[in-house]
Formats: sequence, C-alpha cells, structure tokens
Amino acid sequence: MENIAPDLRRKTMKAKGKVFKYNDNVDTDVIIPARHLNTSDPKELAVHCMEDIDKDFVKKVQPGDIIVANRNFGCGSSREHAPIAIKASGISCVIATSFARIFYRNSVNIGLPILECEEAVKGIEAGDEVEVDFDTGTITNITKGKTFKAQPFPEFMQRIIKAEGLMNYISEK
Amino acid sequence: MGMTITQKILAAHAGLDKVVPGQLIEANLDLVLGNDITTPVAVNEFRKTGFNKVFDTKKVAIVPDHFTPNKDIKAAEQCKLIREFSYEMDIENYFEIGEMGIEHCLIPEKGLAVPGDLIIGADSHTCTYGALGAFATGIGSTDMAAGMATGKAWFKVPPAIKFNLKGKLQGWVSGKDVILHIIGMIGVDGALYKSMEFVGEGLSSLSMDDRFTMANMAIEAGAKNGIFLVDDKTIEYVKEHSNREYKVYSPDADAVYEKEYEIDLSKIRPTVAFPHLPDNTRTIDESGDVNIDQVVIGSCTNGRISDIRVAAKILKGRKVKKGIRCLVFPGTQKIYLQSLEEGLVKDIVEAGAVFSTPTCGPCLGGHMGILAKGERAVSTTNRNFVGRMGHTESEVYLASPAVAAASAITGKITDPDKI
Ligand code: SF4
Repeated sequence: MENIAPDLRRKTMKAKGKVFKYNDNVDTDVIIPARHLNTSDPKELAVHCMEDIDKDFVKKVQPGDIIVANRNFGCGSSREHAPIAIKASGISCVIATSFARIFYRNSVNIGLPILECEEAVKGIEAGDEVEVDFDTGTITNITKGKTFKAQPFPEFMQRIIKAEGLMNYISEK
Repeated sequence: MGMTITQKILAAHAGLDKVVPGQLIEANLDLVLGNDITTPVAVNEFRKTGFNKVFDTKKVAIVPDHFTPNKDIKAAEQCKLIREFSYEMDIENYFEIGEMGIEHCLIPEKGLAVPGDLIIGADSHTCTYGALGAFATGIGSTDMAAGMATGKAWFKVPPAIKFNLKGKLQGWVSGKDVILHIIGMIGVDGALYKSMEFVGEGLSSLSMDDRFTMANMAIEAGAKNGIFLVDDKTIEYVKEHSNREYKVYSPDADAVYEKEYEIDLSKIRPTVAFPHLPDNTRTIDESGDVNIDQVVIGSCTNGRISDIRVAAKILKGRKVKKGIRCLVFPGTQKIYLQSLEEGLVKDIVEAGAVFSTPTCGPCLGGHMGILAKGERAVSTTNRNFVGRMGHTESEVYLASPAVAAASAITGKITDPDKI
C-alpha cells in the first residue's frame, strides 16, 4: 500500500481527485471490518479499507481521490477507525446525500472533510474527476463540466477541520 | 415553542434556559465511556495533545468487552494499553475481567447512569441509557479524548420524533420485537440526527429490560438518542442500583415533534430482521422456512437477566437440534451469577447450548462464534450488516431471545408459540 496520503495540515481548503462511487447505507462494518480492529494504526487500517464491499478500492485509490455515496454513509458502529481508514487510504473528501451522525462527527473531529449534497451525488459517476472547495461548498465535476453547491460547514466546524481535528482545536484554544 | 426531553437535558448541561433544534452547543458531561476498541485511539489522541489527567476520575468509565477475554496478541496489547492508562489516571470505573460485562449492560447495573444525565460513549450503543431518561449518545474516540480532558463535548441540538405507546405486549412479544417493528417502519435512517422519544400509557407495561433493548437500537434507525419518559419503574431501578442524585425531565406540553407515531403494543408480533439491514423486517408469520446453523442469545441488546430467563424457559427440558450451535452470553458477571443461582445455566447447558463468560465476541464477528461462508445465524444482537458475524457470505437474522431459543430447537426460524 504505497498510496498513503501525507498528513496534510490543511492550508488550502480544497480537494481534487477521481471518484469512487457507492450506494445507500455503506456501513462501518464494510468500511473497516471488526476483524481488523485489534489495531488502531492508520496505515494498517488503510490496507483493509472498504475490502468487504470493494476489493479493488485499496489497489486503485490515489492520494486526493474522493468517495461519493448515496444515503446514510457510515452507518453502524462508532468506530473512528472507519474515517481514519478512509483518510489514511488517501481519500481527500467524502460527498454523500446524507451521513450517519457518528460518522459525521468523527470525520469532523479527525479533520476528514465531508459534504452533504444530493445533486452532486446524482451528477457524479464513478471515475469522474471532481474538485471541491470547502470554504464555499462548491463541488465541480471536471469530467462532465457541472457545478454543484453544498452547504459549507458552519464556522465552528470549519475551525475544527482547519486545525486538522478536535484535539488540535481544543489544545489551541 | 416548548422543548422535548432531550432538548431540556441538553439546555441544562449547556447552562442555557432554552435551546432550539440545529443550535450548536457545548455541554458538560456526567460520564465519558470507552471500550477496548475505541479507547486506545482516544488514549493516543489524549497523550499526543499533551494532557496528563482526566477531568474527573469518577466520571470516566473504561470497559474492555469487545475482544476480551483477550482474543489474540494484538487485542491483549490494546487491553494492556487501556489498563495502564486507567491506573495511571486513577480512573475509578475501569472494569477488569472478573468484574466486567458488556458495557451497556454494566453501566446501568453499576448505577453510573441516572435520569437527567448527559453521557457520551465511544460506542454507538451508548444510546441504551436513554431507557433511564438520560441523554446518552455514541461518539468516536476523538470526542472521548476531548471529553476525558475537558469534561465537555459539542452537540447540535436534535429535533425529535415522538412514539406514543399504548396497549400491552402479548405472549412472547418483547421490547426487541417493538424496536424491530419500529425500525422496519421508519427505516435505518428514519430518525437520522434526531431523538426518538418514547412516551404514553403503554410504557407502564414495559420492563426496564424491554426499555434498555429498545433504547439500545435507536442507533439502528440512525437516531442521535432514544429516550424514555421516567416513571415509577425507572425510579425503582435507579434507587436499587445507584445513590447518585437524579433529575427527571418531561417534555413541555407545547414541545415540537417533527413526527408522531402511535404504537399499539398489543398488535405487535414477534419480528425478525432479515439480512442485511435491521430495517428489513418481517413478522414471524411472514418469515417462511429459513434454516439456520447458529443461534446467539446475548449482547448489549438482549443479554440481561430477563432475556436469559426467556431462553432458559424455552430450552428447559428440550434439546438444541443436532448440528445447530446455540451460544448464550450473559451481559455481566452479576447476570451470570444470577443465572447460576436461578438454575438457568443448568437448563441451558442440559439443552445442549453453550453458556459463556460476558463478552461482545460473536456480536461483531470478533471471536467465539464466527460464521463460515454460507452459514446463517439467528441472533438477538442489533446488527445484521454484510460480514457482521463472520464471512461476507454469511447471514444474520435479528430476533428476540424467545424466537432465537425456539429456533435453536427446530433448526429454523420459529415462532416460540409453535414449539
Ligand atoms: S454487544 Fe455488540 S453491539 Fe453491543 S457493545 Fe458489544 S459489539 Fe457493540
């Protein structure tokens, strides 16, 4: 697994990459199966990311790539290992119609940007190249030449994401 | 505009007179909980950020329950890490093997959750304590780390859905069937980001164990929390288990609910969730012939004493069908002992089932009951996702202890009334 993203401290609030697309209710058991939870090492977790739903994910993912999914992404367990595995695999952003709430919180808290935008999910296919601007919530499908607008994060959450996570945020405070 | 039970608890803990849905608040915590999977990540974050003590040594609880008794070397290392952390930080509520249990059975039993509390736990089924009229919700490891350090967490105030319960459960029907019925009705994201509030005259017929089971599975409808109105049964339970002060919150008469459902408990049938989502439910009458390989009775959903009693009552004097594995997991050491004293263990073992030490083990496909390719289990746990209990081509059917025990005897999904 060579494609582990460097721990980017987010200076630019932007992401750009190719899209992996999934359906409704992608649960934390398929994002990172419990049999791998006897470790919390992000690199080890990343090796198994999505393996029960998409065996090719780990082989194909490149730093900066984006996951796009339908409803209720990340449902199930509170395991932070799920967003950690996604982030460590190189994914720069997840866009979904909706997220399960603990997954949403965990992603914000570890500094993995996620956006809810139903139109974008409908207008993006697997393999498309997409750019996201987190400050404005603008999602651009470069392949198809379409633009979508997601709700940007409330300011409080932007501060956490910019600090690269809740712990940095509270210690800076 | 009035407030719901949840909104009142959040307002009180944020030092505000009033909160509205969507508002971001910072609230004080009464308990921060973690287990052997989520705590190691939290400990790393806690240390990395340079904290060297927890905000209150009485208000943190750490329970190794998922891969314990340690299933392999890596799990043993994780448990060692959290044990050493707990000792170093003087955490009073660290529960070692021998005094432990599955966290969500253990915390109420130890009196660590009482009405009016605000509890976060790095485990999604922390919502279980809503049965006691507390606001309890699952969070991740980073929230746990921040909670341990500061005693605070951020929340977005949720809107709520009201479930008005009436009537009385019939026959073998239990809280598990009610919550499966509700999830089947509203879907796995039917209460996403919301509170599920359970009120109404039907409450009085539900035991505390029924309520724990129902609040436990609020997360399976995507809810932020599930919460029950406090009544005499709640107070009796709390007095028996805790000497902490508690506070009872009721919704305002003009509290706003996004939706209201009326649930007639007397109409609910034993209900089964078919693979691979908890909302894929059918009543026992619609379940057809489903042959099984394994039965699991236990977990934070159904590992309490009344669940073990139901299983023993059905298994007593009968035999688990040849070729079927039936595993019974009590939720805590106390429940284990009670099962022994009441003779339930004898009934269960004589029927040819296994009676295990408390652990999450098979519930999450961790250890002690993994499914092979193509195998099927009836389980009283709460999730039947792809690969949840083992191979990605195995299947999990969620049901009550009564249905599970009856199925162990026949080898297929069975109505407990028909054996
Ligand atoms: S019994 Fe199952 S659902 Fe409950 S805490 Fe353990 S693993 Fe989670």
